[in-house]
Amino acid sequence: MKKIIKYVIADILRNKIVLAYTGFLLVISLSIFNLEDNTSKGLLSLLNTVLIIVPLVCIIFSTIYVYNSSEFIELLVSQPLKRKNIWISLFSSLAGAMSLAFFVGTGVPILLYIPTDTGLLMLAMGLVLSIIFVAIAMLAAVATRDKAKGIGIAILLWLYFSLLFDGLVLFLLFQFEDYPMEKIMVVISAFNPIDLSRILILLKMDISALMGYTGAIFRDFFGSQSGLIIVSAVLFLWIIVPVWLSLRNFNRKDL
Amino acid sequence: MKTFLFIVACLLTISFKCSAKTVRVGHYQTYHSIHEALAAVENGDSIWVDGGVYREKNIVINKSITLIGRDYPVLDGEHSYQIVSIRADYVTIRGFRLINSGVSSLDDIAAIKIYERRNVTVADNIFENTFFGIYSQSGLQCTFENNKLTASAKTEQQSGNGIHCWKSDSMKIIGNTISGHRDGIYFEFVTNSVIWRNMCYNNMRYGLHFMFSHNDSYISNIFKQNGAGVSVMFTHGVRMFNNYFEDNWGDAAYGIFLKEITDSYIIGNKFIGNTSGIYMEGTNRVLVEKNQFQNNGWGMKIQASCVDNTITLNNFLSNTFDVATNGTLVENNFNHNYWDKYEGYDLNKDNTGDVPYRPVSLYSMIIEQNPAAMMLFRSFMTSLLDKSEKIFPTLTPENLKDNYPLMKPLHL
Repeated sequence: MKKIIKYVIADILRNKIVLAYTGFLLVISLSIFNLEDNTSKGLLSLLNTVLIIVPLVCIIFSTIYVYNSSEFIELLVSQPLKRKNIWISLFSSLAGAMSLAFFVGTGVPILLYIPTDTGLLMLAMGLVLSIIFVAIAMLAAVATRDKAKGIGIAILLWLYFSLLFDGLVLFLLFQFEDYPMEKIMVVISAFNPIDLSRILILLKMDISALMGYTGAIFRDFFGSQSGLIIVSAVLFLWIIVPVWLSLRNFNRKDL
Repeated sequence: MKTFLFIVACLLTISFKCSAKTVRVGHYQTYHSIHEALAAVENGDSIWVDGGVYREKNIVINKSITLIGRDYPVLDGEHSYQIVSIRADYVTIRGFRLINSGVSSLDDIAAIKIYERRNVTVADNIFENTFFGIYSQSGLQCTFENNKLTASAKTEQQSGNGIHCWKSDSMKIIGNTISGHRDGIYFEFVTNSVIWRNMCYNNMRYGLHFMFSHNDSYISNIFKQNGAGVSVMFTHGVRMFNNYFEDNWGDAAYGIFLKEITDSYIIGNKFIGNTSGIYMEGTNRVLVEKNQFQNNGWGMKIQASCVDNTITLNNFLSNTFDVATNGTLVENNFNHNYWDKYEGYDLNKDNTGDVPYRPVSLYSMIIEQNPAAMMLFRSFMTSLLDKSEKIFPTLTPENLKDNYPLMKPLHL
């Protein structure tokens, strides 16, 4: 297992796309911090990269990578190795590589310019989102044999999490306008890792606007110790469940 | 020579007639209690009180005298009495420490209460743990200056207001520091008064609260971290200049809440870090000029019931939402402000943007209707909605816009 991880990580890090991704993040974060005199405003611009670009690149790159290494996977399967080990090591090396790229590209500038609570939280959320979207990509890649279809599914999933889900929430909110939706919103936010991390970061940043009734409920929940534990558990589930589902699928799959 | 002597004689007689005596109260003095001294003096006399603790139940002043404390003598209400009741005109109370007044919501017990009197001065006193601090009931031309009022209110029912004026006129309230009361300064039917250089912070409910108090001026006061900010209602002719409204956080907390205010001026104030800077309801013909709105959740919330207000030459800096409203009809003027979110250009370099700025975003309208939508705050979805709304305004009020937005912030 270690050998496979080592090999795959080395392969990914040699890949020019990941290097380009790292460089891109680095340029964006450095320019944001250097151009913006107000660091909290800089964090806000960075928030959009973390919430949109990071999931997009992670999900698409991982899907394509899994498809491209289908021959390598077939070769490994023919060896006396458990399918579980192969799949898990593939996932961990992809997740490790993407997190490393994010850490170098965004984490280092954050640590250099704004090593505050908010900055560190954003760094942590970026890392978690990287891993979650690699996990979701594994699920998309194992769903179908057709590469084009697989990539299509990956893009749709990204679109769903970053845009469609919020649209649905808005729709729901207006349909049930007459009911108290605040507490339900807390539950609903758990169904989207992007929303969950956005709310967590914003609660640290825009306190005055979120102090409304909804904000107060969010803060009561997410700000408390037990709330944080629940959120961490939910984010952890967002990693475990897709990986486990994809593994189950991979185990039965006729390669 | 005769005339000279005559004049001197005249002056001497006048001075004798005018001479007011000064009576001393203290442990080593003729009088040991203020009550004894009060019985011995006449109108125009002074009582000097040495340092010490005086437990005299209710001190009723019914002569026009000057009561001066040296080394802050303590007047203790023992948690059951009103400390000083003023029932005479031209009374001055200066330099005391008034502590532990009684608590009663039935009688409105105060540390110093003025009953239908004029020209009373309360200055340089320290109030600690009092129910109401200074209470003026139908006072005229009274001055409350440089007092420090501290209470530790737990609930709104168990606490009174710092400075409470009811049906008074021409009051001067200057340089007081008020904290821990229910309302810092409370006015009802108080007219033609000036409130200058006071500081109200950490009060349970409002820093400043007034109703039906016409033609008053509020200048250079600081209202900070009060439970619900500042709330003013049903008044015309309000002048608010150079005040600070800071850090009033909460769902129902406002930098300043204006309800049914007309023909007033709000000029040169700073609204910093409030949930809402200004909240207006049924407010007409108010001029909001040269104010700074910074780091607020909402810079201004203007309900559709507001008409003919002019908002001009203000700075709106890093507010989450600059302006929010609840209707589509807007009859207010928003020209010539600086908005840090303005993205237009200025081709002829006259420091005025060439494209109008719309301070109300679609998302702020959504929030106004459906507060739970705060969950989508700063999401991709809402910024997309805002962007498309900026290009084709359909839901946001068509005429709520700044036609001449400034390119650079004003120096305020």
